[in-house]
Amino acid sequence: MFFLTHIWLIPLLPAFGAAMMFFFGRKLQKTTINTVCVGVVVLAFLFACGAVWQYTDFAHDSPGKPYQTIVYTWLGTDTGQMNYVMRDGKPAPFQADVGFLLDPLSGIWLLFVTGVGALIHIYSTGYMAHEGGYYRFFGYLNLFMFSMLTLILGNNYALMFVGWEGVGLCSYLLIGFYFHRHSASTAANKAFIVNRIGDAGFLLGMFTIAWYFGSLRFTEVTHLARSGHFAIGDPIITAATLLLFIGACGKSAQIPLYVWLPDAMEGPTPVSALIHAATMVTAGVYMVARSNALFVLAPTSMKTVAIVGALTAIFAASIGLVQNDIKRVLAYSTVSQLGYMFLALGVGAFSAGVFHVFTHAFFKALLFLGSGSVIHAMSGEQDMRNMGDLHKRIPITHWTMFIATFAIAGIPPFAGFFSKDEILWQAWSSEGGAYRLLWFVGFITALMTAFYMFRLMFLTFHGRPRMSHEVEHHIHESPKSMTVPLVILAVCAVGAGWLGWPHSIGGSDHFAKFLNPVFAHEARVFQEEGKTAQLAAGEREEEHTSPIEYGLMLLSVGAAVIGWGMAWRAYRHADKGYVEPIAVAAPPLSDVLYNKYYVDEGYDYAFTGRRKVGDVRLGVMGLGEASSWFDSHVIDGLVNGGGWITRASGSLSSWFDKWIIDGVLVNGPAILSRMMSYPLRLLQWGLVQWYALVMVMGLVGFVAYYAWR
Amino acid sequence: MAPIGTLHYLVTAAALFILGVIGVLTRRNVVIVLMSIELILNAVNLNLVAFSRLWGLNGQVFAIFVITDAAAEAAVGLGILIAFFRNKETVNVDEVDLLKW
Repeated sequence: MFFLTHIWLIPLLPAFGAAMMFFFGRKLQKTTINTVCVGVVVLAFLFACGAVWQYTDFAHDSPGKPYQTIVYTWLGTDTGQMNYVMRDGKPAPFQADVGFLLDPLSGIWLLFVTGVGALIHIYSTGYMAHEGGYYRFFGYLNLFMFSMLTLILGNNYALMFVGWEGVGLCSYLLIGFYFHRHSASTAANKAFIVNRIGDAGFLLGMFTIAWYFGSLRFTEVTHLARSGHFAIGDPIITAATLLLFIGACGKSAQIPLYVWLPDAMEGPTPVSALIHAATMVTAGVYMVARSNALFVLAPTSMKTVAIVGALTAIFAASIGLVQNDIKRVLAYSTVSQLGYMFLALGVGAFSAGVFHVFTHAFFKALLFLGSGSVIHAMSGEQDMRNMGDLHKRIPITHWTMFIATFAIAGIPPFAGFFSKDEILWQAWSSEGGAYRLLWFVGFITALMTAFYMFRLMFLTFHGRPRMSHEVEHHIHESPKSMTVPLVILAVCAVGAGWLGWPHSIGGSDHFAKFLNPVFAHEARVFQEEGKTAQLAAGEREEEHTSPIEYGLMLLSVGAAVIGWGMAWRAYRHADKGYVEPIAVAAPPLSDVLYNKYYVDEGYDYAFTGRRKVGDVRLGVMGLGEASSWFDSHVIDGLVNGGGWITRASGSLSSWFDKWIIDGVLVNGPAILSRMMSYPLRLLQWGLVQWYALVMVMGLVGFVAYYAWR
Repeated sequence: MAPIGTLHYLVTAAALFILGVIGVLTRRNVVIVLMSIELILNAVNLNLVAFSRLWGLNGQVFAIFVITDAAAEAAVGLGILIAFFRNKETVNVDEVDLLKW
């Protein structure tokens, strides 16, 4: 049980690497940096494998039993310093531990985060080899790994929030890695600020949970939520889950907070792969899946999650259809796939959502790393209009990316097929016609996904070469440190899906079985509600495979193939003067899509206030202007008024002091006594002999008086 | 001629006293004023000595005290006078009227 008892080492290893870079990085050689930073992450991966392996032993008898170890209490004390009153009037301590929780859900995240993370670290040693700030980059990456592992392994919402903020910070630092570029620093700010909106939701949700349940530990909250004391549709739980979902929207780039993710592509490509595709952006999915016991009690929240997910999926996919920057296409694809995941969570298919996170991590990381390899080969060019015909020059990149494209498009037997198909089937089989609509949205998205991904592939690797001669001359395959991770990820992108091979086509769906205990309870809740059993993940054994499932499977494969064919037809021979079929068929639509539905502009008008509506400025800056006006007119008016009154009363008081106090009361008696003393002064004129004369006269007078009395 | 008795002394002392007073009141020179004060003191001394014939030696002892006092007074007075002269270059008492205030 060594690995399990020392689970706290897993996040601490990358933290050590980050600390090394922070204190000594500037002086270290590149080889040392590589050894330390890549080494700790590989070590963390090995530790994670060991921990999960030992966990399966640990939970052998009672599957899904969470392994929890508490290192120390971090917030709140045993003396009750931080007590508060719960909603039902009972006092409760506000307490958060530095504690680690390993169960199937965090185990899966742990494995792919450290695994993909290690591969991307290795890749970065090649990709960043010629960049400045090498140690800084790896320090940030390690810090990110630390935060992400804290987020995953934390056993309570507060510690999760620490990791949550940590990954947000690292995301900010890494998007702004090329801080001398204005667009990069702006994008970093945008990501950070948009995430803060979500974070506010997370915080409020967390406090609501503490207030309602009296604890922040996942195990306790889940236990209470499943105890049956709380009614389904409890308004406070609904509020808490909706607030948590706002947090998830921020971190996982869902409508309306998705705007930061496409801009986040300003960061170095390995960062896009690690943070903005594979790991960090799935934190929202993790959080919702982690809170599944709460979400199940709040059908409204579940519907919201499903609808937001589906809308995001199709919305982002449609923008991705016409983008020309290779990384932006992938960014919108990420947003769209995240939408899929939330759709799955929203219809109650938690394990299907998690499965998609898992497969997506591999093929999307692969796509980003591949695009990084392309950009590397193209001397920094990112515009697909200036690429083409690269498949012979960089064959490894080409083939690995093609595998990833097959995976994301959902063509069997690549990974994406299984997870995406599972999600679509779950959406279809959920109760009610509204969910059929969600399935349809997901289906159209699948078609679009296949189209824009194959568009990317054909424009990049096929057709006529459209780059300048200098660039063409420099094209070269990337070094081993970059291609080896690509190949490993490609193997995963093929094989990861087989873990969840569905029963309907003769598999055993190990993945869902492994996750089953975490979500199992949901099945019962749904059944008690009289909903169909299929909602529950992992309940497939009891399910009868219906012909519809095969039909849907064929339909989605068909959609993928149609998308492939459309892209093949349109871009196979793309030369310098190629035209977008959408721009030919419907120019206004193409414009709208190309400009991302003008959402950024809309936000500029409505929220940030960088643009004015007529003469009026709305949004934050408008608020700023309004408060500035309020400040300069009302507040300052009050201040100046107060000042004027003070000054007036001051002069009045001064006048009173000068004329009444000083004049009448102080100088008055003085003048009076001076006037009265004047006759007396006449008696003293200073001649000594006169005084003597008066004395003598007095003496004579006395003597005479006594003599003649 | 009747023998010289107390009355004679008293008359002589009174005459001396009046001379002294007149000197103090009328002379402008401070030196003369001081000398006139000596006259007054000595008139008193004469009285004291005269009465000591009748009532014992106390008067004489007192007279010696007064002489001592006169010496000290003359010293202080002349000291002031010299300081005054150095400031004002005059010894006339009517030109000194600064003690008014």
